Amino acid sequence: MRVAFLGATKGMGRALARRMAERGDVLCLLGRNPEDLERSAADLRIHGGGAEVHCVPCDLEKPETFSTAIAAAREALDGLHVVVISAGIFATQDELEADAELTERLLRVDFTNTLLFCEAAKKALLKEGGGTLCAFSSVAGERGRKPVILYGAAKAGLTRYLEGLDHKHSADGLHVITVKPGFVKTSMTAGLPPPPFAGEPDGVALRVLRAIDRGTPVVYAPSAWRLIMAVIRALPRALMRRIGF
Amino acid sequence: MAEPPISTLSGWGRHSARGRELIGEDLEGLSERAHLSRGLGRSYGDSSLPADQQEPVLNTRFADRILHFDEESGALRAEAGLSLSELNRLLMPRGYFTPVSPGTSFVTLGGMVAADVHGKNQHRAGNFGDHVTALRMRVGDGSIIECSPQEHSDLFFGTIGGMGLTGHILEVEFVLRRIPSEWVWQESRRIQDIDEFQDALEEAATEWPYTMGWIDCLARGKNMGRGILMTGDWAEADEAPPTPPKQGFRPSLRFEWPSWVLNGLTIRAFNELYYRKQWRRESQGIVSHASFTYPLDAIRSWNRMYGHRGFTQYQCVLPREAGRSSARRVLEVLTTRGGASFLCVIKDFGREGRGVLSFPRPGITLALDVAVRDDTQALVDALNEQVLREGGRIYLAKDSFTRREHFESMEGERLDRFRAVRDRWDPERRFRSAQSVRLLGD
Repeated sequence: MRVAFLGATKGMGRALARRMAERGDVLCLLGRNPEDLERSAADLRIHGGGAEVHCVPCDLEKPETFSTAIAAAREALDGLHVVVISAGIFATQDELEADAELTERLLRVDFTNTLLFCEAAKKALLKEGGGTLCAFSSVAGERGRKPVILYGAAKAGLTRYLEGLDHKHSADGLHVITVKPGFVKTSMTAGLPPPPFAGEPDGVALRVLRAIDRGTPVVYAPSAWRLIMAVIRALPRALMRRIGF
Repeated sequence: MAEPPISTLSGWGRHSARGRELIGEDLEGLSERAHLSRGLGRSYGDSSLPADQQEPVLNTRFADRILHFDEESGALRAEAGLSLSELNRLLMPRGYFTPVSPGTSFVTLGGMVAADVHGKNQHRAGNFGDHVTALRMRVGDGSIIECSPQEHSDLFFGTIGGMGLTGHILEVEFVLRRIPSEWVWQESRRIQDIDEFQDALEEAATEWPYTMGWIDCLARGKNMGRGILMTGDWAEADEAPPTPPKQGFRPSLRFEWPSWVLNGLTIRAFNELYYRKQWRRESQGIVSHASFTYPLDAIRSWNRMYGHRGFTQYQCVLPREAGRSSARRVLEVLTTRGGASFLCVIKDFGREGRGVLSFPRPGITLALDVAVRDDTQALVDALNEQVLREGGRIYLAKDSFTRREHFESMEGERLDRFRAVRDRWDPERRFRSAQSVRLLGD
């Protein structure tokens, strides 16, 4: 597979990119820090046993770079089968409530810009006659919850967008994969107390890779979160008002 | 970025301290604010714990990228948080392995350098630090520098075995060796007493690259030091099974066991059974490398077995000059005090390490796992006094009970040399740990 990847330098993205490189996928890393991209590219080449890995500058805070970056990735890869976006920012509800600027930035990056990136990716993939768009949303978007109101709202919007995209373009050969990680132990969640069923990045990577291969539209990772969220979605409002989760 | 919250940080022996832990992929950025690096928390005592809860420590385990690997020479450079288990998963199938491995794969490269770890092949390959060719570090004045045996060699040799007290290790460069398969030809043999054990280890060292022994610490009198000698060598590709070993299910101890579970009786039963398991005088066969090198990795969080008070591992080395009866004298201190060690390991060391404070020296090493009880301090004191009389020393990566005066007497002028490295590279003592405050005073 030929994969353009925004967010491969950190966390779950790093783990997924490694699994892709190890099985021989050709990668093009998108990101804003060229030095950091090059370090990840070196790591992925070694993971892939000499695999081909390219780097292209792209900044999730600058939507005007998206189309050119994806075109450059397609050029470097000599084709395009998969676009992954796992980049994004996270902040706790307390941090966001205390900082309006951070709130604006998080909503812009995790919602607006992520959608704009997916739009650019969608166009490029449709031009190739189809492919896979894999985006990392979150279980935080499943229900309005006290600890993740703002972050969850951005992710809820992203999830709905991806759902619509799947409905519209599935017949055109575009597979849209919505990844909904539960609590995963990465630098993003560092400092938060891990709940039971907290996952490891590599476990998520393996599930996502299988979903990409099979075209599974929605993937919860770790898998226990599918059940947990089904319960959460079913809880009555009166109870949601009382619990802290 | 906000300060990380105060949480409980602990070593593998479950010795803990309150502190702030920074964690992330960007070691260069985060190390500016941290006073100590820590990896996977496998040092047993307080080496990786903060000296003060206001001094954040940097957890390196997300900084795990391999930056360079030369398939010809085996030279590899990686960020300090890369774990040995990940490195093994990736490179063992391609025929490369670390020249020196400790008894667990859940360690980071940075931790392996800081403790200058040794393994079952110490008599042949020395310590991990012997195979390190360069380090990239953030030092006391905030600058980032590269050091090696040629460049800033005092910093380099101070850092090997320096327990993280000379600066943050950001990148590690070392040379991997080629292996013929992922399988090991293992032989094990029953040993009657401590004297036979030392002869057997010495003899095995000439034949086998990997050797170690397990001792039944509760056996006294003429049986003192009875146990099992285990030796191994890589299985050649044509002897090994055709497929690589499978990583089986690794159960985890989910809960702390209550502390009464490990008592004199259960420990005695375990040791007796383990000894009887080797019912033949000798046995041999091909086993997976993981079960040979990392037997305890098979059960995750096995340290919970020791309950909430945890345990300590007392590891010392007794120099060759102390003579062969020195090991017997140390074991006697343990048995006469009624100390029950759940697990006791014996191994011969072939050569001194390169680091200023490297633990190994030619002689014999004993490692005793002891559950923490009210009398543990007194037991460690008594063992240390005996080790001092033998001219030996202890392993910092395991220690949480040694007194400063004992440590200073054991180390003598090595400590002066180590202080000189710290004075030069970190005169303000920005880098410190709970252990350095306890044993060095700063």
